[in-house]
Amino acid sequence: MLGLAADRLRADMNRLLAFLFHQGILDEQFLQLQQLQDESSPNFVSEVVNIYFHESEKLLRSLRSLLMDREFSDYNKMGIHLNQFMGSSSSIGANRIRNVCVAFRAASEQNNRAGCLRALELLEHEYCFLKNKLHELFQIQQQRVLAAGVRYPMQNI
Amino acid sequence: MGMAAESQFHVLAVDDSIIDRKLIQKLLKTSSYQVTTVDSGTKALEFLGLHQNDTINPNTPSSSPNNHQEVEVNLVITDYCMPGMTGYDLLKKIKESSSLRNIPVVIMSSENVPSRITRCLEEGAEEFFLKPVRLSDLSKLRPHMLKTKFKDQHQKQEEKAAFQSPKQQKTEQNLQQQQQQCNNNKRKAIDEGLSPLRRRTR
Repeated sequence: MLGLAADRLRADMNRLLAFLFHQGILDEQFLQLQQLQDESSPNFVSEVVNIYFHESEKLLRSLRSLLMDREFSDYNKMGIHLNQFMGSSSSIGANRIRNVCVAFRAASEQNNRAGCLRALELLEHEYCFLKNKLHELFQIQQQRVLAAGVRYPMQNI
Repeated sequence: MGMAAESQFHVLAVDDSIIDRKLIQKLLKTSSYQVTTVDSGTKALEFLGLHQNDTINPNTPSSSPNNHQEVEVNLVITDYCMPGMTGYDLLKKIKESSSLRNIPVVIMSSENVPSRITRCLEEGAEEFFLKPVRLSDLSKLRPHMLKTKFKDQHQKQEEKAAFQSPKQQKTEQNLQQQQQQCNNNKRKAIDEGLSPLRRRTR
């Protein structure tokens, strides 16, 4: 019974990862993170990802408050936030989010406020989606650990 | 794992991004290096300067503090884009310091800007890595640290023997020639357009 549950969970995890990679939501950098996880840092991936969530939400709030300001003109400042967001997204393998940042930055460099607003909405949407999917992934991980009764590092696909 | 502390190389990693600091720390530890991370160029210089000042061994006749650090830094790896002091500024400061200039410096950047890469390499950076940095990139670090260690040991010998024999002078010259050759062969990312430039999927 337990064996079946473990197999099913593993299949769920692989299916989810395959989906995320196939859709370009995650790229090979995420695999690098998984490979770095080991016995000395068994929660490495979730730790890094949680830092990413925390930082991203701060950045998204800053971006939104900049753009909501009627007198907004500091595209430079926005560029700085975007570079940070791009960098951290790239570091965890959040490929689609990084691509939206690139487009966002282009709009910002043209001082295109409407374009920036559209990009921000897309960014918020992508971020939300990724966060949900990664939470789902971590949940499956936790269930696998419980089902197996031992801790082991996340498998690659 | 399994390496005695004294034989481990110590790397100072500089990055203002908390995620990248966590990543580079893990990458370096996985590669069996001792790691210290700081979030700015200023703190990096403090860390390097601090150890220069307070670990001078009064028993040695030698004058160079760099050889007698208790916590020696064998390599500095720094992000390029940082607020305040950039990685390039930090590189310059290290290379301009008589006590620090032998420490190999590696630059990391998320942007592939050829002029930036050239500038850093010309200023004395040993390598330029594109972010995100991979484990395979770090395998390039050891030769630089070994080369410097060998060079430092040699300089120590030079200083101890206040009056050099002609034979010793010749050895020093040979070493310098080897260094130059090493520098000429140094892979310049811009010329080869290869390893630091990785294609992103999509």
